Amino acid sequence: MALQSLDIKRRSATTLPSPSVREAHTGDVAKLIDVSKCIGCKACQTACMEWNDLRDEVGENVGVYDNPRDLSADSWTLMRFTEYENPKGDLEWLIRKDGCMHCEDPGCLKACPSPGAIVQYANGIVDFHEENCIGCGYCITGCPFNIPRISQKDHKAYKCTLCSDRVAVGLEPACVKTCPTGAIMFGTKDAMKDQAAERIEDLKSRGFDNAGLYDPAGVGGTHVMYVLHHADKPSLYHGLPDNPRISPMVTFWKGIAKPLGVAAMAFTAIAGFFHYIKTGPNETTEEDEEQAHRYDASRKGRGSDGEKGVVTHEEV
Amino acid sequence: MSHEQSDRKDDLIERYNAAERINHWIVAGTFVLLALSGLALFHPSMFWLTNLFGGGPWTRILHPFVGVVMFVAFVWLALRLWRFNMFESRDTEWMKKIGDVLNNREENLPEVGRYNAGQKLLFFVMVLCMLGLLLSGIVIWRAYFAFYFPIWVIRLASDVHAVCAFVLICGIITHIYAAIWIKGSVRAMTRGTVTRGWAWKHHRAWYKQLNK
Repeated sequence: MALQSLDIKRRSATTLPSPSVREAHTGDVAKLIDVSKCIGCKACQTACMEWNDLRDEVGENVGVYDNPRDLSADSWTLMRFTEYENPKGDLEWLIRKDGCMHCEDPGCLKACPSPGAIVQYANGIVDFHEENCIGCGYCITGCPFNIPRISQKDHKAYKCTLCSDRVAVGLEPACVKTCPTGAIMFGTKDAMKDQAAERIEDLKSRGFDNAGLYDPAGVGGTHVMYVLHHADKPSLYHGLPDNPRISPMVTFWKGIAKPLGVAAMAFTAIAGFFHYIKTGPNETTEEDEEQAHRYDASRKGRGSDGEKGVVTHEEV
Repeated sequence: MSHEQSDRKDDLIERYNAAERINHWIVAGTFVLLALSGLALFHPSMFWLTNLFGGGPWTRILHPFVGVVMFVAFVWLALRLWRFNMFESRDTEWMKKIGDVLNNREENLPEVGRYNAGQKLLFFVMVLCMLGLLLSGIVIWRAYFAFYFPIWVIRLASDVHAVCAFVLICGIITHIYAAIWIKGSVRAMTRGTVTRGWAWKHHRAWYKQLNK
């Protein structure tokens, strides 16, 4: 077993458990993004580029602050800006740092057909190991948050790693380190929940009655959590899913269909084998040949052409 | 009709011409490649099959192109054989007597035309599966088409593709088994001909029609 901080808890397309005697007793990790403290400076995007050596193509201004326009294989995090007019008629500028949520129950990992292309470390981080990626895009199909992107350069899937390499050596993710307002925090999940609870109390005291933590239970909780001023309506924040969960269509495909399908196919073949053992072959006998010829002869006798030889069905 | 044969016991009836045989084996060969590569990506226990195709990425790249070849070849096959696979009233009786079919008691069965009810059922199951696989396969073809579709369509197509492939594979296992079980059938697709006795026993109505 390699670096303890990178112990693997779950591995894609693997039917048996990973080595699990050594557990993360200090708890799993989480990134907490306090949306109410974000000023939309995009320093996190820059830090991400810098640490991960990513340089997306320079795009075009399409009249919004979102830059680039969308996540890509080269942009693993992105500030998404929403102009929300609240019931009082005031404008609220909601800015959400989008990126992988590092689900405790990751839809990407469930959907991936390639062993070890997607892993979940004991600390909860979900990571893509691109050297094992085959580029099928099933992770996109499985993800409830629309995060993974296939690179046009190498046809492999990429997303935020939660700086698993930094976390492995006791550092915080690059976006956390650089955030000038402290809107992005990092620590154990428990510590981040405590931190969030304080922030939520503070927000409520300032009139945000619906402030709350976004740690959706539908995906088993996430290792990237948001403090939202409108936790009752997550979708206000540029379509953050209100109740994300792995789609039942994916659960069927990657759940019950796999063992049942394989078993039924094997059963079909086995049933054939035993049918043969029980009943034996269905053979044509001399008697059949003679009957066929007797029939032909009777046709001839009745004055039809009675010709023999190779007959083609084209003539039917 | 050709005239060179005399009234010998071993004279044969052509069941499939050369073009039909070649076409059938193109469909069969591509099917095997598709089943192996598809199963490799369907269940982790069979991922090792990707080695037959040059690894995971090559399996992912090749599978859909082979699929297009199979579909095109199958369309030709289906158009050729369509008119022989129309259901008739005697097919219902054949189906009701499936127990006699399975126990080699063909004397109890109604006379069968060019295809029996089981073959006809398989034919239309194949047609539906092939259509389902093509349409869903295009939707989940990530390199060229998937980005044109909303995510729920892609998820649905993933299910449709898996279910159709499952039904197709089970159907083909049955098809192959039937060819092994009913002796004298394989030569229809390898050499193109069957014996008169074979046609008389298994497809009597067809035989009588040929000899009208």
